[in-house]
Amino acid sequence: MNRRLLMFILIVVVSFGVVGGLSKWVVDDVKLGLDLKGGFEILYEAEPIDATSKVTKDSLNETAKSLEARANSTGVQEPEVTTEGDNRIRVKIAGVTDEKKVRDVLKKPAELTFRSARGCAADAGYCKVELTGSDFKQNGADVQQTNLNQYEITIKLKDASKFAEVTREVSKLSPTGSPLAIFLDETMISAPNVAQEINSSSAVISGDFTRDEAKNLKDTINLGALPLKLTEKYTQSVGATLGKKSLDETVYAGAIATVVILLFMMIFYRLPGVIASISIIVFIWLLLLGFNLIHATLTLPGIAAFILGIGMAVDANIIMAERIREELRSGKSILSSQKAGSKNSFRTIIDAHVTTAIAALVLFFIGVGSVKGFAVILLLSIAMSILTNVFFSRLLLTLLLKSGVVKKKSNFGVKESEIRAL
Amino acid sequence: MHYKAFDNVSDKRFSIVAKSRYFFIFSIIITLLGIVTLLYHGLNYGVDFKAGSSVDISFKKDVSGQKAQIEQFLKDNDFGTPGMTFGAKRVTLRFDDVLTDVKENTLKQGIMDKFDKGASMEVNTVDVEIAKELQGNALKAVLVASIGIMIYVSIRFEWRFAVAAIVALLHDAFIVISLFSIFKLEVNLPFIVAVLTIVGYSINDTIVIFDRVRENLRFAKLKTHEDVANVVNASIWQTMSRSINTVMTVLFATICLLIFGSESIRMFSLAVLFGLISGAYSSIFIASPLWLALKSKQKPKPTAKSSAAS
Repeated sequence: MNRRLLMFILIVVVSFGVVGGLSKWVVDDVKLGLDLKGGFEILYEAEPIDATSKVTKDSLNETAKSLEARANSTGVQEPEVTTEGDNRIRVKIAGVTDEKKVRDVLKKPAELTFRSARGCAADAGYCKVELTGSDFKQNGADVQQTNLNQYEITIKLKDASKFAEVTREVSKLSPTGSPLAIFLDETMISAPNVAQEINSSSAVISGDFTRDEAKNLKDTINLGALPLKLTEKYTQSVGATLGKKSLDETVYAGAIATVVILLFMMIFYRLPGVIASISIIVFIWLLLLGFNLIHATLTLPGIAAFILGIGMAVDANIIMAERIREELRSGKSILSSQKAGSKNSFRTIIDAHVTTAIAALVLFFIGVGSVKGFAVILLLSIAMSILTNVFFSRLLLTLLLKSGVVKKKSNFGVKESEIRAL
Repeated sequence: MHYKAFDNVSDKRFSIVAKSRYFFIFSIIITLLGIVTLLYHGLNYGVDFKAGSSVDISFKKDVSGQKAQIEQFLKDNDFGTPGMTFGAKRVTLRFDDVLTDVKENTLKQGIMDKFDKGASMEVNTVDVEIAKELQGNALKAVLVASIGIMIYVSIRFEWRFAVAAIVALLHDAFIVISLFSIFKLEVNLPFIVAVLTIVGYSINDTIVIFDRVRENLRFAKLKTHEDVANVVNASIWQTMSRSINTVMTVLFATICLLIFGSESIRMFSLAVLFGLISGAYSSIFIASPLWLALKSKQKPKPTAKSSAAS
């Protein structure tokens, strides 16, 4: 047995060893999208709470963070909260058991406002919003017990001077002071009287609360510091069993397709087909590993990109094998056919991959949501495909041919009668 | 120079180039048909493009006998009469109004309590604006990608190849859109992804043949238009078994997904299937002959050498 053959066998054995040994780990680690696992996705559009302000990048990010905190508070695994464009937030939560609860928590607008009757018509009540959720510090609410064994909630403000200004103005309304009502959404919690300017960064909400009520209120306020108003623009919810079924069926279909393709390659192209099959298996494994490394989530569009990736991987192998066959038919020796075939096919394969990569890059930068996901996986598969189906395939074939064990052109699926004399 | 040998081979084979007019006519007819149907009844937009909610219920047991009961249940609970598709274990409901989350829960709970505890549901609710935006976004992406590909192909090959490749690519995307319009198949977000997949495949397939044309041009002696036509024809035939084998393998994969894959990607698989066939067809019968047509419009130069430039 010669060195090159040994090397070939070693590489194949090690590759299969790694693929076989680590595939359970790699496959288990693949993060599944909600369409394959069950869960839900909501796309919110954010609007400013009062008409005068604008949605800024900061307020959007802050809102996204609060949403994530809300989702986390319900104990779901890895909620995915991302901002999109200027005014959108996408929340994806996979594998939820109690979807209703999570959605309720996310939805609860819990907009905390301090309102006064400044400049309002006589019967309009507290029409003027003096302070909004974004004026309060996040997680700044706390429960305290008073001397009278009552519970009160303290909240912290971001800006003491703003509170001073508001209280000064409100207290001026009447000689005895005027109420500054505290609203949670449209419900008034209390309406304490402000008799003078309060120059402080904290305020107290007192009322006839039980301990539990006070605690609930505190939690709601803490959750409720959403700087922006959100409206649902798109929701998708997939039952866990349905998602699992989709995944099982798709994997089953994919497995059958892969087996058929590999068989086709081996029967039709013989030796290069066998090499191609090894490369394609390594390619699929590497692609899954790549998913995990870049923390990509596998969704149905992702599977589409995966199929296109496998298509290109098979194509690369077919282009090379066909090219080698052509060279063989023209009468060249096996070794020089392989050399010329690999060289000539290389440019074609790279051109084909690069053009698809350009399309994928554009989709990545322009696309949103599922289109972006599709592009990421397509780009990844292009990179992996060049690595395995060009370099790895070629290395294996070169080693095997140089070892001298392959002597017959029929091993390439070329009939003796097809070979022309030089 | 073993390529000379192929010139002889190609002479005996059917000349795709010579018959290219018929393929052009065929494609133009399909395209016109597509435009007419698109104008006439547009696309059958699914929930993603029309406001409303779609509910996909997958039952563990056979509920085909309970159609009337389900309809009654919907009526009793104020769900109106949504569009219904009935399968043995699968029911799809299409509401014209967006389901509120309270209603959604009532529906889920009701179905599980009354009909099948193991029922699993997919609920999609979409604001039209978002879907339209995504569609527009995808369209923009395809156009920008086309420009990018054109620039690359123009640099690596020649502008005529770029034009021909983009025409083939848009042809394929359009054929799929037309077929979905003609057969009134449902167009949802996965459809957009399918069209993008086709764009990716189509360009890949075309480039492979172009690469061979370019390579053969280098070695060929080109004096007349016939010489160039022969090179194109020979190139198409030389890459034919690769073209067929590649499309066959990808078709296997897609047909497997269509038959065994989950219901949710059925329309996607079908779109890809149409696109693959169109992609293979356009790469072979449209792209290269189109290049040739553009090439023959080129003003003749004193020597034939210039046309071999890449």
